[in-house]
Amino acid sequence: MLMALLKRDLLLAFRARGDLLNPLMFFMIVTSLFPLAVSPDPKLLGVIAAGVIWVGALLATLLSLDLMFKNDYEDGSLEQMLLMPQPVMLMVLVKVLVHWLVAGLPLALIAPLLGLMLGLPNGGFQPLVISLLLATPILSLLGSIGAGLTVGLRKGGMLMPLLILPLYIPVLIFASSSVLAGVQGSSYTGHLAFLGAYLALTLVIAPVATAGALRISLAR
Amino acid sequence: MSLDTFNKECDTPNQAIDGAWLSARGLFCERDERILFSNLNFDFFPGDIVRIAGPNGAGKSSLMRILLGLSAGFDGALFWHGQDMNKSLYDFRSQLLYLGHQVGVKGGLTPEENLAWFNPKASQTQIFTALKKVGLAGFEDLLTHGLSAGQQRRVALARLFLCDKPLWILDEPFTAIDKEGVAELEQVVINHAQNGGLVILTTHHELNVPVKTVMLGTQESEMPLC
Repeated sequence: MLMALLKRDLLLAFRARGDLLNPLMFFMIVTSLFPLAVSPDPKLLGVIAAGVIWVGALLATLLSLDLMFKNDYEDGSLEQMLLMPQPVMLMVLVKVLVHWLVAGLPLALIAPLLGLMLGLPNGGFQPLVISLLLATPILSLLGSIGAGLTVGLRKGGMLMPLLILPLYIPVLIFASSSVLAGVQGSSYTGHLAFLGAYLALTLVIAPVATAGALRISLAR
Repeated sequence: MSLDTFNKECDTPNQAIDGAWLSARGLFCERDERILFSNLNFDFFPGDIVRIAGPNGAGKSSLMRILLGLSAGFDGALFWHGQDMNKSLYDFRSQLLYLGHQVGVKGGLTPEENLAWFNPKASQTQIFTALKKVGLAGFEDLLTHGLSAGQQRRVALARLFLCDKPLWILDEPFTAIDKEGVAELEQVVINHAQNGGLVILTTHHELNVPVKTVMLGTQESEMPLC
């Protein structure tokens, strides 16, 4: 059943390619506007590149979270999923995996290109990609809690970012400082270790919390 | 109704009758300070067709959501095969087929893909046969959002032909279905009950077979059915 869900969601995502490209386009637009607005000076851009890319990735993820459960809620599939004998948190994990594959992974893959565009110094590329690969699953996992809590609300648009942004802050701090450390030539394994630990924590807690949130959202 | 009369009429206030699949004792539900039903007792047996009836807003869907375990806003006890529902939830859900107002059909998938998701074990032939039975032969590989409202519901109804789950809970299954379709569907429901299944449905359509009726929103709701 879980494999069937994975297959179904990937197929649906593939058929709605336009929606998928939105967060990616947003990410690219935001980062490419900075050189125009701030300064084309490569030195200055090199310093702020890590922060710009990471803020862009975070906002792009926020933009895509709304879609995680919304469609399934509206057409009744979410109700059907909650009524299946399999634990809801496993289904949440599948949904999060799909979200990461279509919204998180592309960000991590395109980030080096944007880093090049912003003149990120050489030492920063490796920590940038590793931190994105480690942290975008965290963003999807934490985001699923917010998406689950607000899925039944008609005007939950602003509420979800408010709910989950505080949880995103540690990710942002450690991820962007890992890139900064890489740029400065110092060791960044400590930052990445923190991200890894945070990933392990959210991987355990978020599906359970999201399953509870979905149950509350559907118990009208 | 006072507790005394309740005990008189219902011999087993705290447990289900032997052989009953789904039982309720003392169900109470309140929405927006309005009591939808109180002290509702029933025992449903295999072979039953149960119709939850009542005027709009009487709490038919609320009762269904309570039976399904989707809504926690109620008092009372539910039993599945005589066991407390909370303890036998896995068993209950693995034997349940539910069709709600929103039937859970994805517009971005073809009817075949929709059914394959609900029944991963079903073969393509089985799925095609089920779709043929609901009059959707030839529509198997068109995207569902291009079909009419009635056809989209028929995709969901095809699940009735595919599954071997004994308990069906159907919320307004006849909505948007044409006359012939309703007659066929009625026959499917009757066959399922005769084969030892249990069907619980809400509908404003009169069925041509004896059914148990749970009447909500009127005096009759005070009458225990057990």
